[in-house]
Amino acid sequence: MNEKNERLILDVAYQPQVRTELDTKRIMLTVIVALLPALVVSVIRYGAYPLAVAAVSTASAVFFEWAYRALMKKSRTVDDLSAAVTGLLLAMVMPAGIPLWVPVIGDLFAIVVVKQLYGGIGKNFLNPALAGRAFLLASYAMLMGVWTTPKTLAGAVDTVTMATPLSYLYGGKALPEYFSRLNLFLGNRPGCIGELSTLAILIGAAILLVFKIIDWRIPVSTVGTVAVLTLIFGKDGYGNFDWMVYNLLTGGLLFGAVFMATDYATSPVTRKGRVLYGFGIGALTVLIRYFGGYPEGISYAILIMNLCSWAIDKAFHRRQFGVTAEDIKAEKAAREGKK
Amino acid sequence: MAHTFKGGVHPNYMKAPEVPVSVIAPPPQVVIPLAQHIGAPCIPIVEVGAYVTMGQKIGDNPAPVSAPVHASVSGRVVAIEPRPYPMGGTSMSVVIENDGLDTKCDALEPLTEEQLKDPDAILERIRECGIVGMGGAMFPTAFKIRGGIGKVDRLIINGAECEPYLNGDHLTMKLFPEELLKGIELVRIASGVDKAYYGIEVNKQDAISVLKAHYPEKYGVEIVSEKVKYPQGGEKMQVKAVTGREVKPGGLPSGVGCNVVSTRTCYAVYQACYEGRPVIDRIVTVAGSAMKQTVNALTRVGTPFAYLAEQCGGFAKTPRKIVLGGPMMGICATDINAPTVKGTSGVLFFTEKEDRNVKEPTCIHCGKCISVCPMRLEPMFMYMYYKKGDLDMLKKFHVTDCFECGSCAYNCPGRLPLTHAFKTAKVMLQEQVVREKEAAAK
Repeated sequence: MNEKNERLILDVAYQPQVRTELDTKRIMLTVIVALLPALVVSVIRYGAYPLAVAAVSTASAVFFEWAYRALMKKSRTVDDLSAAVTGLLLAMVMPAGIPLWVPVIGDLFAIVVVKQLYGGIGKNFLNPALAGRAFLLASYAMLMGVWTTPKTLAGAVDTVTMATPLSYLYGGKALPEYFSRLNLFLGNRPGCIGELSTLAILIGAAILLVFKIIDWRIPVSTVGTVAVLTLIFGKDGYGNFDWMVYNLLTGGLLFGAVFMATDYATSPVTRKGRVLYGFGIGALTVLIRYFGGYPEGISYAILIMNLCSWAIDKAFHRRQFGVTAEDIKAEKAAREGKK
Repeated sequence: MAHTFKGGVHPNYMKAPEVPVSVIAPPPQVVIPLAQHIGAPCIPIVEVGAYVTMGQKIGDNPAPVSAPVHASVSGRVVAIEPRPYPMGGTSMSVVIENDGLDTKCDALEPLTEEQLKDPDAILERIRECGIVGMGGAMFPTAFKIRGGIGKVDRLIINGAECEPYLNGDHLTMKLFPEELLKGIELVRIASGVDKAYYGIEVNKQDAISVLKAHYPEKYGVEIVSEKVKYPQGGEKMQVKAVTGREVKPGGLPSGVGCNVVSTRTCYAVYQACYEGRPVIDRIVTVAGSAMKQTVNALTRVGTPFAYLAEQCGGFAKTPRKIVLGGPMMGICATDINAPTVKGTSGVLFFTEKEDRNVKEPTCIHCGKCISVCPMRLEPMFMYMYYKKGDLDMLKKFHVTDCFECGSCAYNCPGRLPLTHAFKTAKVMLQEQVVREKEAAAK
């Protein structure tokens, strides 16, 4: 009641008055950390070059986001790190020997066309990094299909570039000896920067799950669907179980399921919807791997399901607290009775 | 296995039940608002200049939904005028100059043995002592219990205290277990049921042990351990955790045969019936980053916040926000000289440190609001329709089921003002109904 208190100006805010520490920036930072094990594996396999790809791609994505928003006189959003994540993710789905200018063009497409033209974070309907990759695949098919031999396979393979394990599977040929299951698991194989090692991706997935960044339903449903379908249908020349294991260990399936399919803006938000979305991605991946024109199908499978996620969200409304299945049936019956 | 509900969040609890209760010296002047409950405000029954004793009734209203107010100190009435009200605005209040003597009012005797077994006598006493829902809702308790007689087969006592910072219920359990159990027994008898279920979050293990050592079954009380999760203490969540029943949308717990009464209310019922003491004080947790320390303060009703903060060690920093109750559902006070009321479980003095607002709240479509909503709503889409001003879609997404627990907004990484939006949307919908009625009348 002294004079000081009389002059005190108080903030009046609506509840809640406290909020979680986990904001957008922290989520994005966690995703970057979760990507590091995979990046480390590619450095072990290829030396420092993948680091340069990652740095250039991340920097250019951040630059394009900053430049676009500055030009359009919009607020500055690069601080939420979402552009950095897009850039890093795009680098992770580039072949390890890609020329440095290629991801820059991919970033331009991903950030400006896919993300910002639709209003920025949370509003894009396609995964920007994957759309960027699809754009590059269509524009620079040659460069995107060159697979440099990892340093750690130099003893077994004497060419500078080599075929990926998935292309052997696609052609129905037996895998060479150096693509042992252990080598595939540890990432001793050619491929995109981020997809090499199953182990590294699993560590990243664990980080994302522990910090509650992603819902386990999407990756589990995606990978589970691929596992079940390949186990059932198999392929001539392989045992069904072996075929399933190879399908899980090769290509970008796991990387896509953990880091790409779980993108917030482009995946459904309800639990049931997420299971269906993962199932769709898994089924489409298998379909493309069996019958498609490319050996790998996960990128397109995710992009196609991105387009469905709004419809999936609409289809799976939750039954609110206090309402039973019978209540809904009764309501429906009453409505039809009226008609 | 601990009982619980689906959804919810785990805020940083910031609790300090180890801090002993400090008795706050009553202020030189108390301000007793005449409306400390939901329902008809009281009419003053004393005049300016009159001498009142501690516990004397100073305002009442014969309306069914109302609760009398009492003087929390003895002294002279110096004013009956509008004064700052804790929840904003002003309210007609009785201002009493404290004579420092605490001369007790002897109008109410403890109830006799027979009366303690008579529901009507207990209910009459609950009303006479001005007992309201002391968890913060401030709904007149006698009216609530009476309304449930015959309908209610499960009485649930709320001991979750799931709001961060608050310790009052926890301390009451630990310090007055026998009194509390007797209070619950009285509420049980008044409700006409054989058993009361006491839902307590398992983070209060010490309190649970103390209560169990006092043979709760003797009083017809069963203790139900609940998972630590906000908003476990919400009425509907308590009903779900204890009985597995779900209150229908728009319904009350009594619709599924349950009544939920808070811990502190039961203790107040004990004081009213065994001691003839009306609600004139309660434990108020005083905390927040603006305070030098956290204090569990036994505070008289009508103590101005500024005085309370001073008595609790004073400010370390200038407060920017005063929150009444817990930080999840508590609302902001607009005036530091407003007084505490019967429902004030905490007074939190916050600085910039606690609010994590951003300039441009942005939905990143993560779905975290959906997974935590205890009412299984879809806040994300509701917010979208709110922004569009689409009331029909908001109704379709059941915005009226939202009880504003704040879990979605708490969990939102993009910092959307979700709870605020839904509160506004509900008011807009109510207005729409009124307008439609007016149009129909014409």
